[in-house]
Amino acid sequence: MKHLLLGDEAIAQGAIDAGLSGVYAYPGTPSTEITEYIQMAEAKQPRGIHCRWAANEKTAMEAALGMSYMGKRALVCMKHVGMNVCADAFMNAAITGVNGGLIVLAADDPSMHSSQNEQDSRFYAKFAMIPCLEPSNQQEAYDMMAYGYELSERLKTPILMRVTTRMAHSRAVVETVDTPRAQNNMSMPEDEKHFILLPAYAKKNYAELVDLQPAFTAESNTAGHNTYLKGTKPEKAILTTGIAYNYLMENKGLEVRGERLEYEGASILKITQYPLPTDLIQQMVADGLKELLVIEEGQPVVEEMICGMVPSSVVVKGRLTGDLPRMGELTPDSVRAALGLKALPTNEKEAVVVGRPPALCQGCGHRDMYAALNEVAREYAAPRIFGDIGCYTLGALSPFHAIHACVEMGASVTMAKGAADAGQHPAIAVIGDSTFTHSGMTGLLDCVNANANVVVLISDNLTTGMTGGQDSAGTGRLEQICTGLGVAPDHVRVVVPLPKNMEEIKAVLREEIDYPGTSVVIARRECIQTLKRHLKAAKRS
Amino acid sequence: MTSQILKGMKKDIILAGVGGQGILSIATVIGEAALQEGLYLKQAEVHGMSQRGGDVQSNLRLSSEPIMSDLIAKGGADLIISLEPMEALRYVEYLKPDGWIVTSCVPFLNIPNYPELEEVLARIKAHKNHVLLDVEVLAKEAGAPAQAANMVLLGAAIPMLGIDHDKMTAGVARVFARKGEAIVNTNLAAVEAGYNYAISVR
Repeated sequence: MKHLLLGDEAIAQGAIDAGLSGVYAYPGTPSTEITEYIQMAEAKQPRGIHCRWAANEKTAMEAALGMSYMGKRALVCMKHVGMNVCADAFMNAAITGVNGGLIVLAADDPSMHSSQNEQDSRFYAKFAMIPCLEPSNQQEAYDMMAYGYELSERLKTPILMRVTTRMAHSRAVVETVDTPRAQNNMSMPEDEKHFILLPAYAKKNYAELVDLQPAFTAESNTAGHNTYLKGTKPEKAILTTGIAYNYLMENKGLEVRGERLEYEGASILKITQYPLPTDLIQQMVADGLKELLVIEEGQPVVEEMICGMVPSSVVVKGRLTGDLPRMGELTPDSVRAALGLKALPTNEKEAVVVGRPPALCQGCGHRDMYAALNEVAREYAAPRIFGDIGCYTLGALSPFHAIHACVEMGASVTMAKGAADAGQHPAIAVIGDSTFTHSGMTGLLDCVNANANVVVLISDNLTTGMTGGQDSAGTGRLEQICTGLGVAPDHVRVVVPLPKNMEEIKAVLREEIDYPGTSVVIARRECIQTLKRHLKAAKRS
Repeated sequence: MTSQILKGMKKDIILAGVGGQGILSIATVIGEAALQEGLYLKQAEVHGMSQRGGDVQSNLRLSSEPIMSDLIAKGGADLIISLEPMEALRYVEYLKPDGWIVTSCVPFLNIPNYPELEEVLARIKAHKNHVLLDVEVLAKEAGAPAQAANMVLLGAAIPMLGIDHDKMTAGVARVFARKGEAIVNTNLAAVEAGYNYAISVR
């Protein structure tokens, strides 16, 4: 069957067709649509695939490892920075190995379209010493899911699949199988000690992982996902990873005004699987290699590694040498320039155009929350407000300019605590409901234990808003969670962020700022985007 | 299911607008018609933070030959289709020198420093190949609701798409079929209004 699918959807369909039993994920651009697709497929035609959102990437990874332990195929999805959250579970899953196939999907966001950094998840695969797949297009992404699960079970290792924004969020026609593979039956691991990482056992496991490395490399050489095409002038070669291949092929043969491609006749080494294929690289060297252009989406991972794999006389060019931009995602234009081609003729930029940054929706509860907070904060000499990750991060921009920090999931609570410890008053954290249950709860426990003089303002819109309105893990239970963690019930306050409640909200904020201990103010009103959807659905039924 | 392949067909299109305006429904209809024609298609979309009222675009590529890059090179686009006039101008660097701009003339005012509208419209008119239209008025005149304004815009772009008018309207009918005949008809009326306008000014 042929379908028009986003890269994310191709991955999801590939997993379903490979006999998936559970997807575990926390929403994060550009990975969110994978889990959403599986949820929709499950709603349409139930196969018993577990697909509820997880509280964070670490709980997701651990649940997936548990599913794999029982012999079934599991998928964990996240954006690149989610890898940091689940790194403990991820790194150690490489040591335990797997029973049922386990694929970890990391969607990187070079150029930071919707992220705070552009870290490259391929480093994590190398760090954990496990195979990594990096499909170059939507069809490969689909096909590699079946391959990845087979490889995972054959070599008893988790597999990291890395994609980037342009693949995740681009549609193309994908050919799929007609009938999904059956899910695995439940089975125990052959060697249960493999999952008990006491030092004595872990050392043995780690030695096995080290011994497996040649098998991983052999797979990269022979599985057919990496291809080497000797050119007519093989003293020059171009190495591409993932979708970089498309930018190369787009520009080959597109010479205009009689220009000659600087790399005409060059050999092409297309990488979509790691560890790097040593045999193919040696073949490329043996064919007389003198100059190698490395085109990769993300950080110069391969460019650095390859220098130790080719003779020092070979000139290696790429992001480190300035032949391609050091930062940001590749474009057809940056690759054109690296290939020695002039830019296409075009129109000049229009000076009249001004920026249109994203903003909080009109009528959004975060707006009323910030309006009240700003007014109260102005009453103090030097307030510090620590923000967090979500729609409400936009409170940093005009017209609010309300927050002084935003680092990573949950940091608002604990940075406010650290600031209070240092003597800051008022120290206020602003965090969304979903981010709070993702990584804010443990920080709040630290605050409670120290009776830190902070106000944690949970802007509760009853959803995970920024990624499009997914279920939020603590909806309906935030007061219980906060009092359960030990916040005094008198100091867990709830307000409704609406303009008509402005005076009440300000009074509550003042009281809790002046209270010398840990307090929580929950500003609760449904996200207007999900509200619209709910009203529409109610109208239909 | 595919009809005869359009040989040598290649259109690179930039769809532009403001997050929430609905540029992707235009892409959906063009995509539907293109696939029915047996064309290859790639469509890069923007999800995430920018959707909150920021500038958004989608690169839609159609071709009778396999397509490699998901993104269009600067100077590579045949056509910019925009639901907002300033947003149309944001991407002129990506347009071929003789490429077309088909855009709504109605500004979306959610920023304090929006430039003088007259100047924006003048800059669009400075491009030889342009269709500037009030999609909201045309939708209203066609008896379609404001939500169908994007279908007016789609209709205005049909003469530059390289896919037949009838194939496009069949695509519209298929995309909206599950919403019932009345919705199909208002959307078709909106498409016709845009199409007729573009033909009259071209």
